[in-house]
Amino acid sequence: MKVLVPIKRVVDYNVKIRVKPDQTGVDLANVKMSMNPFDEIGIEEAVRLKEKGTATEIVAVSIGPQAAQETIRTALAMGADRGILVKVDHDVEPLAVAKILKGIAQAENPNLIILGKQAIDDDCNQTGQMLAALLGWAQGTFASKVVLEGEHAHVTREVDGGLQTGKLKLPAIVTTDLRLNEPRYASLPNIMKAKKKPIDEKTPADYGVDATPRLKTLKVTEPPKRKGGIKVKTVQELVDKLKNEAGVI
Amino acid sequence: MALDRETRDQFLDTVRRFVRDKLVPIEAEVSETDAVPERIVGEMRQLGLFGLSIPVEYGGLGLSKEDEVLVCFELGQTSPAFRSVIGTNVGIGSQGIVMFGREEQKREWLPKLASGEAIASFCLTEPGAGSDAASLKTTAIRQGDSYIVNGTKRYITNANKASVFTLMARTNPENKGAGGISAFVVPAKLPGISVGKPEKKMGQQGAHICDVIFEDARIPASCLLGTEEGQGFRHSMQVLDRGRLHIAAVCTGVAERLIRECVRYAQERTQFGSRIGDFQLIQAMLADSRTEAFAARAMILEAARARDGGQPISMEAACCKYFASEMVGRVADRAVQIFGGAGYVADYGIERFYRDVRIFRLYEGTSQIQQIVIARALLKGEG
Ligand SMILES: Cc1cc2nc3c(=O)[nH]c(=O)nc-3n(C[C@H](O)[C@H](O)[C@H](O)COP(=O)(O)OP(=O)(O)OC[C@H]3O[C@@H](n4cnc5c(N)ncnc54)[C@H](O)[C@@H]3O)c2cc1C
Repeated sequence: MKVLVPIKRVVDYNVKIRVKPDQTGVDLANVKMSMNPFDEIGIEEAVRLKEKGTATEIVAVSIGPQAAQETIRTALAMGADRGILVKVDHDVEPLAVAKILKGIAQAENPNLIILGKQAIDDDCNQTGQMLAALLGWAQGTFASKVVLEGEHAHVTREVDGGLQTGKLKLPAIVTTDLRLNEPRYASLPNIMKAKKKPIDEKTPADYGVDATPRLKTLKVTEPPKRKGGIKVKTVQELVDKLKNEAGVI
Repeated sequence: MALDRETRDQFLDTVRRFVRDKLVPIEAEVSETDAVPERIVGEMRQLGLFGLSIPVEYGGLGLSKEDEVLVCFELGQTSPAFRSVIGTNVGIGSQGIVMFGREEQKREWLPKLASGEAIASFCLTEPGAGSDAASLKTTAIRQGDSYIVNGTKRYITNANKASVFTLMARTNPENKGAGGISAFVVPAKLPGISVGKPEKKMGQQGAHICDVIFEDARIPASCLLGTEEGQGFRHSMQVLDRGRLHIAAVCTGVAERLIRECVRYAQERTQFGSRIGDFQLIQAMLADSRTEAFAARAMILEAARARDGGQPISMEAACCKYFASEMVGRVADRAVQIFGGAGYVADYGIERFYRDVRIFRLYEGTSQIQQIVIARALLKGEG
């Protein structure tokens, strides 16, 4: 069984990001980049499936600049078998990503595609769903547990107020939530071995996709600075402030 | 073997994340419980940390000295007790076998030490022999195809977890000097060998030192390290020599961590209506600490590269260990000062580091011994 795991290179979750002075975006100069944490969970889940003997091959795909190759190397060091880098030097929107992934899915015929539920840079939370729609496959989003059984995947999802378990027919799309697993650290021997694993280089055109952005960013600004809080004396005062000052109830 | 840039950066990044996400959050817990949790030791095994300095053909990572010290800078960014878990396998416990072991000794022990399945300790110090290690009294007397060992070793790191000891003992009691000493690779579980209770220490809770007592312990003659008797003192000095850059790099890592803590605190804490970081007297302490830590890093990297290039660096390694261990003491002292009362209170963790780093000026050669090594080399015209 083959598992495809798309991974995105994003600003490291520990970096305190800064907006560029001209408000066109986030300043990426000399900023540490790493694999989107939800995608790391995706790789970990695939590697665990392989260790259990359920999966036989894991293909990690990244769509992004040449440097995204480093992100693929990390996935290979964690246990993926080979990589595909689809080179694009500008931002790629979820729909274009989904279209490229559709092309890869058609070429690779995976039984399962595990994506992060969202990337921590743009927080779109769209790619998995769009890909499922384009392929016409079942989807289990926000997975906190995935159990494969024969032709099906049982996916437990974190929904408001509880857990929902769905049975998906394979091939299927799963998007990962935070509690699905705790990703491993790649050991140095595995980092070294990863250097020998193959990475194919492709372009969007190879899959007949025009990745030109359709959306225009007007302005990027920092969130407003939080003002200090106040202490209220009574419940009435709290309700009054929530109603009349904050306007939230 | 030197790693290529990309592999090295990826590995350092992994170690950095491991330290930040797994070790830093449990520093206080490890100190309170006086134990590093088994799951953390397991993750250290998986990362390959036990095998940093063991050659690749014996299952280790076989890092160049430069790569090893770069890893130590990262491992130093947290409680040094964590580093101690791997310390003896990477340094004094294993290097005798790596440098002087016979092929079968290497094959027997190095793969297990590299994986962390076995822990090695280094038994040199005795109640009556510390800096003057050549005066050690433990004896190993040849009897047929065995040696009978008697004596007590003191302050032996990781002895309570060790499966194997690198032991220095006197095989020729007639020769009271260095030439009468031989080194052995001894399985810890042999009859006649016992390990004392861990000592209560000033710092680095979670790392343990114990006495190792030999009472008519019969060890096979094949345990002799290498092929010749009388080489043990020379071997142990070379092992210590090799470990000095490692310790120096750990000191530097700790100093860098403390400086970050100081900068953060100096920007947060206000007195007299200003952040204390705005006071020039505080700034001077920050600048002094940063300058010294930078100097240590630079000299360690320079010495490590020279060693990788095949140059002898005994004296330089002593300079690095001497400077870095004294430097981190000063940096920790300033950290307490910058934190004020909070620096003295356990919750902030600064006083813990202050106690933790004190040992670096003592073990693997005190500062005075490093000074002697450096000055002797100079006077012999080697510097
Ligand atoms: C936490 C810890 C871990 C240790 N781990 C190990 C281990 O794994 N294996 C091991 O074998 N040992 C280990 N040791 C022992 C350590 O290496 C010795 O404590 C150290 O070498 C100093 O020896 P000593 O304690 O006998 O002090 P001493 O040698 O008695 O020194 C006392 C003082 O005299 C000074 N001094 C001694 N000689 C001279 C001189 N010629 N000129 C000027 N000053 C001098 C010293 O610098 C020191 O200030 C450990 C010790 C500790 C505390």
